[in-house]
Amino acid sequence: MLVNLISGDRPRSTILTILLLVVLVCLALAPFLFPGVRPLDTAARICVFILLVASYDLLLGYTGIVSFAHTMFFGFGAYGVALASIHMERGWDALLVGTLAGALAAAVVAFVIGLFSLRVRAIFFAMITLAVASAVAVLVSQLFQLTGGEDGLTYQIPRELTPAFRLGEVFGVRINGRILNYYLVFFTCLALFLVLLRIVNSPFGTVLEAIRENDFRAEAIGYRVVAYRTAASCLSAAMAAFAGSLYAIWLRYVGPDTTLSFEIMLDVLLMVVIGGMGTMYGAVLGAVIFVLAQNYLQTLMGAGAGLTQGLPLIPQLLDPNRWLMWLGILFVLSVYFFPTGIVGRLRTGK
Amino acid sequence: MSEPILQLDGVVTDIGRYHILKGVTLDVPRGQVTMLLGRNGVGKTTTLRTIMGLWRAKAGRILLEGQDMAPVPVSSRAALGIGFVPEDMGIFSDLTVEENMILATRSGPLDPARRDWLFAAFPPLRTFWRSEAGNLSGGQKQMLSIARAMAEERRLYLIDEPTKGLAPAIVSTMVGALRELKAQGASILMVEQNLSVARALGDRAAVMDDGAVVWAGAMAELSADPALQERLMGLSVEAH
Amino acid sequence: MSAAPDHSPTFSRLSLTDRLSLAAPYLLVPVLVVIGFLAIGAPSSWLTLTVSGLAMGMMIFIMASGLTLVFGLMDVINFGHGAFISLGAFMGVSVLFWLSAWTDAPSLVLNVAAVLLAILAAMVFTGVIGWAFERVIVRPVYGSHLKQILVTVGGLIVLEQAIHVIWGAEEIYLNRPEALRGSITFGASALERYRILAVVVGLAIFVAMRLVLRRTKIGLIVRAGVQNGEMVEALGYRLKLVFIGVFIAGSALAGLGGVMWALYEQVITAGMGENMMILIFIVVIIGGLGSIEGAFIGALLVGLLQNYVAFLEPKVALISNIGLMTAILLWRPQGMMPVVKAK
Repeated sequence: MLVNLISGDRPRSTILTILLLVVLVCLALAPFLFPGVRPLDTAARICVFILLVASYDLLLGYTGIVSFAHTMFFGFGAYGVALASIHMERGWDALLVGTLAGALAAAVVAFVIGLFSLRVRAIFFAMITLAVASAVAVLVSQLFQLTGGEDGLTYQIPRELTPAFRLGEVFGVRINGRILNYYLVFFTCLALFLVLLRIVNSPFGTVLEAIRENDFRAEAIGYRVVAYRTAASCLSAAMAAFAGSLYAIWLRYVGPDTTLSFEIMLDVLLMVVIGGMGTMYGAVLGAVIFVLAQNYLQTLMGAGAGLTQGLPLIPQLLDPNRWLMWLGILFVLSVYFFPTGIVGRLRTGK
Repeated sequence: MSEPILQLDGVVTDIGRYHILKGVTLDVPRGQVTMLLGRNGVGKTTTLRTIMGLWRAKAGRILLEGQDMAPVPVSSRAALGIGFVPEDMGIFSDLTVEENMILATRSGPLDPARRDWLFAAFPPLRTFWRSEAGNLSGGQKQMLSIARAMAEERRLYLIDEPTKGLAPAIVSTMVGALRELKAQGASILMVEQNLSVARALGDRAAVMDDGAVVWAGAMAELSADPALQERLMGLSVEAH
Repeated sequence: MSAAPDHSPTFSRLSLTDRLSLAAPYLLVPVLVVIGFLAIGAPSSWLTLTVSGLAMGMMIFIMASGLTLVFGLMDVINFGHGAFISLGAFMGVSVLFWLSAWTDAPSLVLNVAAVLLAILAAMVFTGVIGWAFERVIVRPVYGSHLKQILVTVGGLIVLEQAIHVIWGAEEIYLNRPEALRGSITFGASALERYRILAVVVGLAIFVAMRLVLRRTKIGLIVRAGVQNGEMVEALGYRLKLVFIGVFIAGSALAGLGGVMWALYEQVITAGMGENMMILIFIVVIIGGLGSIEGAFIGALLVGLLQNYVAFLEPKVALISNIGLMTAILLWRPQGMMPVVKAK
């Protein structure tokens, strides 16, 4: 039954299995294991990013095409929820409408982009998505009457999902709407992750991998490469939008910095590469490690910069704002020396 | 008999996961035309490309006048004097015929006498000297490709199916030009499917099957023995 | 020896429609200029906008040319190209600050000397960085687009952050040297001197590049290599060396573009190159990957359209280029003048 749930895609490494189980248990019991506002926030962020990174891996790892518009689709979902919540009455139907509208918009835009770029060369896709995503980001900050511009939007979500909603106490932890909200995020992400796992292990996923390995041959065998790539791109965009919707429901705020920025795009890229391209489980490890590092390592860097105050150059290099630089170096090194990521290493190391 | 200009000894080449050459052993004598024959897909083109260095030989040795080619990159093999006419002709279609020829001469400009000789052998080159090569017909492109190999004197010519898909009149132009090249004492290794062309030009023949040379000898011997042809290549020269 | 049989020349004359279709990209620029004239109405504003559109286009072309050639030659796509633009700008501006006595002096000679020195320093600097970038970042990932994109994006981030470390995180404002300030009045329209200069420089570089590519042997090798690199090798040329040369030249040109853009905007940030990359990619795509002429026309179209639309309907300007790209890809899915690949 369990094997069926993960579509027969076993982790194929004891350590990996243990790590995945630890992550699953920690996330499932996060409100009880790590009480407090910040840890719960981190756990929710991890859930959302696991889904976002997994959906990106469908494109990058399984289909072999690079998109820079993934955070744009993430943003579609988030802004969908925000706009629906603002313009409709507070309630569950606003969340539902916003989520579906966001996902639909993402799939349609992904389809149009695919139509223009994938038809010719897969490499066009990377450039065109970059151009489109940046145009959309600028547009969002310009159309501030609608989107709140750089300030973003805050809105009301159903009362049952807010801290104000109290339910009583379990194991000494007060259950409130915030925790319900967390479980909404957690279970939706888990379900959608399993759906993604099903997709990549289906015949459709097998064809995608065949195309990634050799698109000429796949075409020669009779697969319509463009159609498959476009379909993968639409699916991945819709999944990213779902992740965005969940993030918007969790944060009760959307803004360009939390959903659309190029920096998040880079984070996602790094998470996929570190975790292991073309392995859905890599998304889990990549997202967990990265989000934890982002939350706690920057503090460490700040301390390091303080300690080395007197020395030349080193404080500048350790400045928490230079986080991105180390990220870039790590990124390049992992592509060279670590192309199969953590999951690949664990599997071959066995 | 002098040392062969080119020697292949147990050359093995893989393309991706496929084993194409499984141990090609072949001598190309100096000053003669050696025909490389065999059915489609037995590794003739791969042999030429491996000699040129465009595929890497995984095992075996390739010696050009005794020099081991293994560490020599493609461009240096060309600089050592190998003229190459690839299967797809390798024409630079955005460049003019003249510019294609300029690139074919590494040591300074094209010698005028040689140019006139090539013009006589391949008249269309003169007509379209300043036109873009991409606008040439298939036969004219093939002429340009061969003329490019002949733009300078080379130690060895590797020519891959120069008559493929060409009209009979153009085939005889090709044969005429190659015969002139041969008369100058050039050493040529040529892939050919058309046995009557092979007979007209070849001194020696080597027949390949399944990634190896299965028969080598005088062209005359092969063309005189239809049964041998039948056995080696599953075809024979029609009597004419 | 008998002569070869006679060949009746079968060279097909191009029909009118074929020739029109070849010339069509070239015609787009004047057509756009005329449409701009009709849409704007006021000749003086139109002239000002046209000049600044051309200036912008020329600068984008200078920055894009290296990228498109590098792609054409070795099938290498460099997302880190934008970093060379930023690096060039910071280096050039540093030199200008250092020579502030020259730039502030009301002497044309000293002003020009300072700018030329700044450009030279920027081009040498970005050329060297480009050389290192090719060795360290790009070379290990030949043949894999996926890895190229990932690794060069990583390289872009590192170089941008290095600018923050060296020059600080704040944007830097600058003034143009005396001689490049002000404008010339032409009829009723005021034309900024610097923009005219940018057009002249851009045009000069385009012409020079065309001359090198058409009239010199190294240019022939580059053009042939874009079409069929394997055959260039088989004729005895070391394509890798040519490629490295082109990569360095392209990086240096990006640096030049960076200095020119810095003097145009009069402010520089570490992210300026990354922002320009978006326009550059659009230009390279609509021009046809690997085509210098295509990039030139594409750059002019983008520059002109951006300026016209910004005047007519400022909010649409942002997406006008995406619209242009869409329209051109609908017309020619490979871009306007794609290079015919051998395979």
